[in-house]
Amino acid sequence: MTKFKYVGRPVPRVDAMEKVTGSAVFTDDIELPGMLHTKLLRSPHPHARIVETRTDRAEAVEGVVSVVTGRDFPFKLGIYVGDRDVLATEKALWVGQPVAAVVAETEAIAEKAVQLIEVEYENLEAVFDARKAMEEDAPIIHERLGEYRTLPIFSPRPGTNIASVFTLKKGDIEKGFAEADLIVENEFSLPQVSHAYMETMCFIARHGADGNVEIWSSSQPPFIVRYLTSMSLDIPLSKIVVHAPYVGGGFGGKAGLNFEPLTVLLSKASGNRPVKLRLTREEHFTVAAIRPGLHATVKTGVKKDGRIVAEKIVYVFDAGANADYAVNVGRAAGYDAIGPYDIPNVEAESFTVYTNKLYATAFRGFGHMELHWAIERQRDIIAKKLGMDPIEFRAKNVLKPGISETGTGARLREDAANLEECLRRVGDALEWGKKPAKPKEPWKVRGKGLAVLMKGPAIPPNTASSAVVRFNEDASIELMVGTSEMGQGTLTSLTQMVAERLRVPMEKIRVASLRGTASTMYTWQTVGSRGLFMDGRAVLEANKDAESQIKQIASQVLHVSEEDLELAEEKVRVREEPWRSLTLAEVVMGYMYPGGNSIGGPVVGRGSYIATGLSVLDPDTGQGNPAVFETFGCQGAEVEVNVLTGQVEILKAFSAFDIGRAINPLLVEGQVYGGTVMASSIALFEQLIYQEGVLLNPHFLDYKIARMSDAPEDMVSISVENPQEDGPYGARGIGELTMIGMAAALGNAVSNALNIEIKDLPMTPENVWKAVTRQNPKLLERAKRYLKGE
Amino acid sequence: MTQRIELVINDRCRTVEVASNTTLLEMLRDQLKFKSVKPGCWRGDCGLCLVLIDGRPIKSCLVLAQELDDREVVTVEGLLDNGNITRLHQSFIEKGALQCGYCTPAFLLASEALLRRNPHPTRERVCESMNGILCRCTGYKQIVDAILAASE
Ligand code: FES
Ligand code: FES
Repeated sequence: MTKFKYVGRPVPRVDAMEKVTGSAVFTDDIELPGMLHTKLLRSPHPHARIVETRTDRAEAVEGVVSVVTGRDFPFKLGIYVGDRDVLATEKALWVGQPVAAVVAETEAIAEKAVQLIEVEYENLEAVFDARKAMEEDAPIIHERLGEYRTLPIFSPRPGTNIASVFTLKKGDIEKGFAEADLIVENEFSLPQVSHAYMETMCFIARHGADGNVEIWSSSQPPFIVRYLTSMSLDIPLSKIVVHAPYVGGGFGGKAGLNFEPLTVLLSKASGNRPVKLRLTREEHFTVAAIRPGLHATVKTGVKKDGRIVAEKIVYVFDAGANADYAVNVGRAAGYDAIGPYDIPNVEAESFTVYTNKLYATAFRGFGHMELHWAIERQRDIIAKKLGMDPIEFRAKNVLKPGISETGTGARLREDAANLEECLRRVGDALEWGKKPAKPKEPWKVRGKGLAVLMKGPAIPPNTASSAVVRFNEDASIELMVGTSEMGQGTLTSLTQMVAERLRVPMEKIRVASLRGTASTMYTWQTVGSRGLFMDGRAVLEANKDAESQIKQIASQVLHVSEEDLELAEEKVRVREEPWRSLTLAEVVMGYMYPGGNSIGGPVVGRGSYIATGLSVLDPDTGQGNPAVFETFGCQGAEVEVNVLTGQVEILKAFSAFDIGRAINPLLVEGQVYGGTVMASSIALFEQLIYQEGVLLNPHFLDYKIARMSDAPEDMVSISVENPQEDGPYGARGIGELTMIGMAAALGNAVSNALNIEIKDLPMTPENVWKAVTRQNPKLLERAKRYLKGE
Repeated sequence: MTQRIELVINDRCRTVEVASNTTLLEMLRDQLKFKSVKPGCWRGDCGLCLVLIDGRPIKSCLVLAQELDDREVVTVEGLLDNGNITRLHQSFIEKGALQCGYCTPAFLLASEALLRRNPHPTRERVCESMNGILCRCTGYKQIVDAILAASE
């Protein structure tokens, strides 16, 4: 039982009221006086030089305010590699890339006018497969790769399509393989997928005649939007304000910089009137960033007793046409290449590669769902070859607190998360070792599978957060933090931390809902499950600061030392003589003695946190410490597969994460269920399907995502709580973790049920059926006989 | 061609001038500023724009506004009881049935319609009638739990 009043309790979300009453404001809900609307012209070609663009017919349409093309905005955008055009300038790089834009009084006028723009293209050879794009004679997509502004931790290879490569080297790989009794090599793959958040992207910008810029964006990170907009458009930071309304789901897709710079430039080009750009779903599917695809080659050497002695990995991430953010996905997957295992000899290369398709960005899990698909399938394949139980095989090799070394050579701290415990707990929940019950229909089979996983936030070493806790006259509190609210509930957890420490009821703490760079405190970005941990640390500091200011005032009034005071029930009181007290309201605006003499002043607690102890990884070997915390976990599933149709049904889905402490169990469960279903959806249904670069499924009708009836009824979240000493109340991040292992767990369960090895996602009925036909035709024959009643 | 229609929205009579190609979604969001009606696809795939028409859950992007003459429309604002939240809202909040909240209006309206027709639905019935609405955040479990709890 928790000794806390708020922390650790399933209190409802602080934003729930606004959301159930329909008053929560999202970007597209905002209308400004004189606001104009935008439509984009999209490239019909996957790779083409733009020879000439004629806009006069579009400009002549009544109600059109401005028409712009790429050449009007010669800026390069990007968070890590500046490779992205505002609008295609010299070349169009994928089907759907915006090449021109019309701003008009209404969306309908803009839509009509945009069709009148004439663009002359010269088609170029295109490349759609990332591994083909790495070949010597492949057409080059970014000829100027060497000239782009690039963060020095990335290593682009100018003259090729390799946007960056990350190398991890540990021990002696040749020696490792020489020692091995068994060497297993496999290839795995996952396609590009869409974030498919429910709110399509929307932006509003006003570029004032005085040079002041205001942006409203459905983005995850107002501060980084401000910073990158300033840098790429050469506008002083102090002149930009970014507002962050509620975000209708982000999952990484709304991280970094999106169409904010374009919208700012459009406003400037349109007589400084405010301009809105919102994407329809179909536009969104073809214009906005997606999750990269991955092709993985994994070669593992093991001893007979199950000890992994060597692993060699090549990851090829299909980043599509731009890799400005994806290079960091490739990098994070590179340093965590072997997952949560202690392997003495490692060599991994992780390539981020350009192709003429939709461009990739961050996605919940940041490369980790992809890499765990490969290595966790590989673990099951090896265990089977060794004749070892998959849990025992994993338990032998997983990282152990205080003892093991990660792939980057960082020793695991004593208070690190306990992976083995997660593994055992999921095994128990699945009744591991017990055969699954027989399905009703004889042509169906059941199987179980699980996967372990790890991830820490993939962030620059100097990532920081700040917070302010500000008291009002009635001792209510304004909590100011920069974390965006896109559904994950961090604001609620942070509010719980304030209530806990300052002993003020949650209802009296307000986190402003209309937020942004001007009204909240700096935080780098709300990504990588870092919000709770880092902003949480800043909030704890702010709490402490406010508490000490309160005690300072009270100690003068009550004539006791500060150490003898405590906060309780909205009062500050003497610990040993609780009847001697002041209400917080008497203190927080400064205390006034009966004679009128006053001391103190408004209490404003401030707190900052910067990640410490992180290192810049060695450029040749990738060794060092990249993460402030690593969350470990295990996910498992039991599935039923119809052998005749290849249809997979998830009967049970269990997850255990060592999150240190569940600040709010209700929110943690929500993250787990949400991540589980999203991962299941991606594992079973989702893929962006192209034909010659044209996306064939740009709607929810043909890009299927999980519906209510697809969600497993028996879904359980198991919280393992081994606190991390420096985490807020011991907590580690959770948001992304919940989807990292589930795809591999399902892959293992399906492979187990059918006695085959699935290596490629998604496991659509068609793909599963094909795999059975190829790998286990007898099973199919038997199922057919059952159906005929034989 | 615009036409004048008379309809009831959230218990209030309204007279609206609408163009023949205006959808109910556009009329509600753009003309009348009911911003709680959320677009997600503009073509019937996502269910987020759902409203109640004469008590039945309908995707507002698929209906032309002019057809609404003399009909009754309820948006999520109309589910409040004298400005207060109801048992259904409370249940959504307590069970954690919302995260980003973008789908919440649609699920609340669909649940209200379901529970009015069928005060004690089974889990299967709930799934069946909510299957047309997408949610990318919650994994649906807590939404089902909330609806079942509200029906007890
Ligand atoms: S917007 Fe109406 S169903 Fe998607
Ligand atoms: S809560 Fe985000 S889409 Fe449902």
